[in-house]
Amino acid sequence: MALGSYTGKGARPVRNAPTRVLLHAIAILLAAAYLVPLAVVLLNSVRSAEEIAQTSMIGWPLAWAWGNYATAWSDFCIAQTCTGIQPYMLNSALVTVPATILSTLLGAVAGYAISLWRFPGHAWIFGLVTLGVFLPEQMRLIPWTIVLRDVGLSNTLTGLVAIHTIQGLSFTTLFCRNYYLSIPQDLIKAAKIDGAGFFRIFARIVLPLSPPILIVSTIWQFTGIWNEFLYGVTFTTGTQQPITAALIALTAAVADAPQYGVQSAAVVLAALPTLLVYLFGGRYFVRGLTAGAVK
Amino acid sequence: MAALAIRDVRKRFGTTEVLKGVGLEIENGEFTVIVGPSGCGKSTLLNIIAGLEKPTSGTVEIGGRIVDDVAPKDRDIAMVFQSYALYPSMTVRQNIVFGMECRNVPKPQRAEALARVARLLQIEPLLDRKPAQLSGGQRQRVAMGRALVRDPLLFLFDEPLSNLDAKLRVEMRMEIKQLHHRIGSTMVYVTHDQIEAMTMATRIAVMHQGEVQQFADPDTVYNRPANLFVAGFMGAPPMNIFSARVEATPNGVQATIGQGENAVALALPDTCKPHAGRAVMLGLRPDCIAEEHRRFGADAAGLTIEAPVEMSEPTGAETIVVLRIGGERALARVSPDTRPAAGSRARFSLDMRRVCLFDPGTGMLIA
Ligand SMILES: Nc1ncnc2c1ncn2[C@@H]1O[C@H](COP(=O)(O)OP(=O)(O)OP(=O)(O)O)[C@@H](O)[C@H]1O
Ligand SMILES: [Mg+2]
Repeated sequence: MALGSYTGKGARPVRNAPTRVLLHAIAILLAAAYLVPLAVVLLNSVRSAEEIAQTSMIGWPLAWAWGNYATAWSDFCIAQTCTGIQPYMLNSALVTVPATILSTLLGAVAGYAISLWRFPGHAWIFGLVTLGVFLPEQMRLIPWTIVLRDVGLSNTLTGLVAIHTIQGLSFTTLFCRNYYLSIPQDLIKAAKIDGAGFFRIFARIVLPLSPPILIVSTIWQFTGIWNEFLYGVTFTTGTQQPITAALIALTAAVADAPQYGVQSAAVVLAALPTLLVYLFGGRYFVRGLTAGAVK
Repeated sequence: MAALAIRDVRKRFGTTEVLKGVGLEIENGEFTVIVGPSGCGKSTLLNIIAGLEKPTSGTVEIGGRIVDDVAPKDRDIAMVFQSYALYPSMTVRQNIVFGMECRNVPKPQRAEALARVARLLQIEPLLDRKPAQLSGGQRQRVAMGRALVRDPLLFLFDEPLSNLDAKLRVEMRMEIKQLHHRIGSTMVYVTHDQIEAMTMATRIAVMHQGEVQQFADPDTVYNRPANLFVAGFMGAPPMNIFSARVEATPNGVQATIGQGENAVALALPDTCKPHAGRAVMLGLRPDCIAEEHRRFGADAAGLTIEAPVEMSEPTGAETIVVLRIGGERALARVSPDTRPAAGSRARFSLDMRRVCLFDPGTGMLIA
């Protein structure tokens, strides 16, 4: 028998019991494959280095080494500075938070201008901005190197904020422009007659309709920028590095005497912000992507 | 002084020409109604007057000032949109005062104006609701309120009553008419509703395919339609149109409808004499065909004919009879108690003073 029967109105749930069991088994297997690395890191983060060395990389903790987290956070040595990951986490936050807010707000204004003001050439501008979505990161490294050098922002967090804000605009503009297309033109026309200008219409009429797409944009930008590695490792060194770049330095520094437990704890801590965003914001993300501005 | 002058306005969207040279001159204090079939460019014209859409060519003058380069907010107009266009995140109160807020009207004046329109439109209990919590009719009244708090040179209405139920619609129609009498503002009002057009307008502009077909007072539009389109568009049911030949006879001018034994000859007013010998389209309103004993005007015996009846439809206030004149189908509005049976023959009285003759080639009114 075929997998369910197709009625033309979307696939129906599979009725046949053996088929259903098989499907679930495959799904669970795939999920497990994805989750194994996470499980290994989580377990190792509470095992001591000796325990891992004596037994194996994969195993249940014999003694819970919660101290790994404290060490990873504030004592561990990365490239000769023994401050733990704390300052690098702060660096990441100092890059991610402003870049997320700036790129989201600027993207909202750009999307609003493109979708609702229809100035001459709006289609061209939109095409150029969204081209950024498809350009590979590596291609942009050298131009950014030149720009950062010329404006004097090499090896600074401000430089990273600038990069992530500007590059993020491609996505945030695309998100917001598509969302704002569902706002009727007549609203803008009525407000123009009422005497409101570009920014007043944005602030009083468009922005209050925007929370769903602003949430999408914020989640997308936050996870993207926090997890970004290539720019961080290319444009910053030493104490200026974001956490993703610092983690690599951390593994390199201890190559002779592996500290898997502490390293795992550091990885978990580094991933925590985006995991939390996913846990608490995930459903708003999905909801926002499918929402329209006005019923 | 003309409150609004539109001169040869054209509008093209891509390759389609939506307005093909519209010209209207509207006097101060006039109530102009624009009617026309869906898609003929009424909303586009209103948008151009408001400055929300740029014409491809032509000029717009408001209060004697050319406003082609003036922003909508500085044109001194208020507009009610076909789609209401209420700001979804604002309450009714905020919607209504938003314009005054943008223009920095002092707070006490805002409150006063708000109270005035809320009373006028009976929306006082709704002031703290959001548009999503309102019915269609309530939304429409709020949209009216947003325009009425202002005191502009020109009001633009785009079908403001189209979503109201019949009773509220009649009420609002009278409200707007009284309002117009009271404040004497110039108003341009788009509607699909013929009754609204006939009762409210000082002049009606009939549009079709991006052109103004006729711009005249309601009586003229109704009784002397400028062409076959207007004749067929205005009036419900519309004007009866027959193809006919005009002939001069010793007894006067007459029009012959139909061929052979079906042919019917109708006496025409003397004013039709110049068209003797021509083929024409003859227009006669259904209200000009009535039961045999109806006296149109003062003269004793008018013209009566006998005609086969196809159908009678009593509507309460009158009976609509479908009959054939010279083999061509026609509608008559007879008194409600006259109900000739389908298939029978009956006599009808005709009011030939109100006959219209159109050129069969151009469709223009010739007599
Ligand atoms: N922005 C636009 N781009 C392309 N075509 C348009 C645009 N706006 C209007 N049109 C077209 O112009 C024509 C006139 O539209 P308009 O809205 O003025 O009609 P209308 O007379 O107000 O009709 P209705 O009675 O249905 O409101 C329509 O055929 C419409 O499809
Ligand atoms: Mg319209």
